[in-house]
Amino acid sequence: MITKRIIACLDVRDGRVVKGVQFVDIVDAGDPATQAARHAREGADEIVLLDITATHEGRGTLLDTVRRTARELFVPFCVGGGIRTADDAAQVFEAGADKVSVNSAALKDPMLIDAIGRSFGAQAVVVAIDARRDPEAADPVREAQVYVQGGRKLAGRRVVEWAREAENRGAGEILLTSMNSDGMRTGFDCELTAAVSEAVGIPVIASGGAGTVEHFVDVFGRGKADAALAASIFHFGVSSARSLKEELARAGVSVRLPC
Amino acid sequence: MRVTVIDYKAGNLTSVLKALHHLGAETIVTDGDLALVESAERIVLPGVGHFAATQRLDATGLTPAIRAAIARGVPFLGICVGMQWLYAGSSEAPEQPGLAHFSEQCTHFAESHEKVPHVGWNSLEVRKGSRLLAGVEPGEFVYFTHSYKAPVTADTAATTFYIEPFAAAVERANVMGVQFHPEKSGATGLKILRNFLSWNSTEEGKGTE
Repeated sequence: MITKRIIACLDVRDGRVVKGVQFVDIVDAGDPATQAARHAREGADEIVLLDITATHEGRGTLLDTVRRTARELFVPFCVGGGIRTADDAAQVFEAGADKVSVNSAALKDPMLIDAIGRSFGAQAVVVAIDARRDPEAADPVREAQVYVQGGRKLAGRRVVEWAREAENRGAGEILLTSMNSDGMRTGFDCELTAAVSEAVGIPVIASGGAGTVEHFVDVFGRGKADAALAASIFHFGVSSARSLKEELARAGVSVRLPC
Repeated sequence: MRVTVIDYKAGNLTSVLKALHHLGAETIVTDGDLALVESAERIVLPGVGHFAATQRLDATGLTPAIRAAIARGVPFLGICVGMQWLYAGSSEAPEQPGLAHFSEQCTHFAESHEKVPHVGWNSLEVRKGSRLLAGVEPGEFVYFTHSYKAPVTADTAATTFYIEPFAAAVERANVMGVQFHPEKSGATGLKILRNFLSWNSTEEGKGTE
């Protein structure tokens, strides 16, 4: 039986793992290669490394960090941040990533999704969407808006529609971050995740808001997520993928328990 | 030991090479040097992406060279599209023939409410006698990402269930294939690659028959 994936996310700035609350108040959380290896050992199904400063500072992805992190990592490894062209993606793949995550650049030039997919396969393209509900809207879920540049700027697209377009262009997965919940540890945005998951035929990774095991149970159930991303819940030894998965298994969620 | 890895420009080889190096193998990558296939001790055919990319194996003359190596008894492992290529073909690219070492066709997952591609960690039901999957216990998982799959037949070494049962691994003597990505399947995947690297013909007969 296919299992629900628990994905450990490393937000990286200047070669260090950092964690912020709603994209601000950033604190140091260690070395990416060490952290990735630990998460994999403890049962994380996948590692995502997001270079959170790449886009707005115009820097390239940290190829050295990617190479160092990938070296001894034998679970799927996705890298995002600062990937603006198919050539950028090619360099990240060459450095050892299995997937790239594109966000701002894909909104600016949606053909980027087609281009990476054509060269490396749809399975290698994750389209990351930073979403924020519009509390003024009649339907805050359907009308949730896409944001770019680390949440600084409105993209002028609706989340569900953009997810559909990404799929049609050849994205293999959607990584949906609720910016309302990110770093708050108050739970995933299950309604928005379910709306996107029902709108597309590709896997949806829920992100933003993980704080308790119950939140994961909820997003896999009500939220119809195929995978869930966790960052702050794993940092500082709060919880390991292993203990999270053992509790999920007890709650009836199908997960891969580490050997 | 030395492994010849075939590059037919279908996706990225880095992960496969990294895993083989981790296990102590020396790798040689070729995208068309037939001499390297003729002298190969072991061959790995990776591959992510579209079945049509295997056309390059025909265009470069690698197809007959690999066929000859297999006939000589060289251990061969196809991964993902590399496994599918061992069959007669795939409905993903009907005009492109496979090696037809196995006579069946690969097909798209049946329509259902489940998502396709099948992405994630799934379990294996290993058939008794598989040498490639020796030591893989019930409850171990491997990582898949694919929309097309091979049917379950007498040569199937392991089945996985997603929408329907399909061949997660195929094995007949020195010719082996896995639909999943052993290079991305943690300790279980490395164990499977180690089995491939230590495969030798003298143990033949302990196989699936």
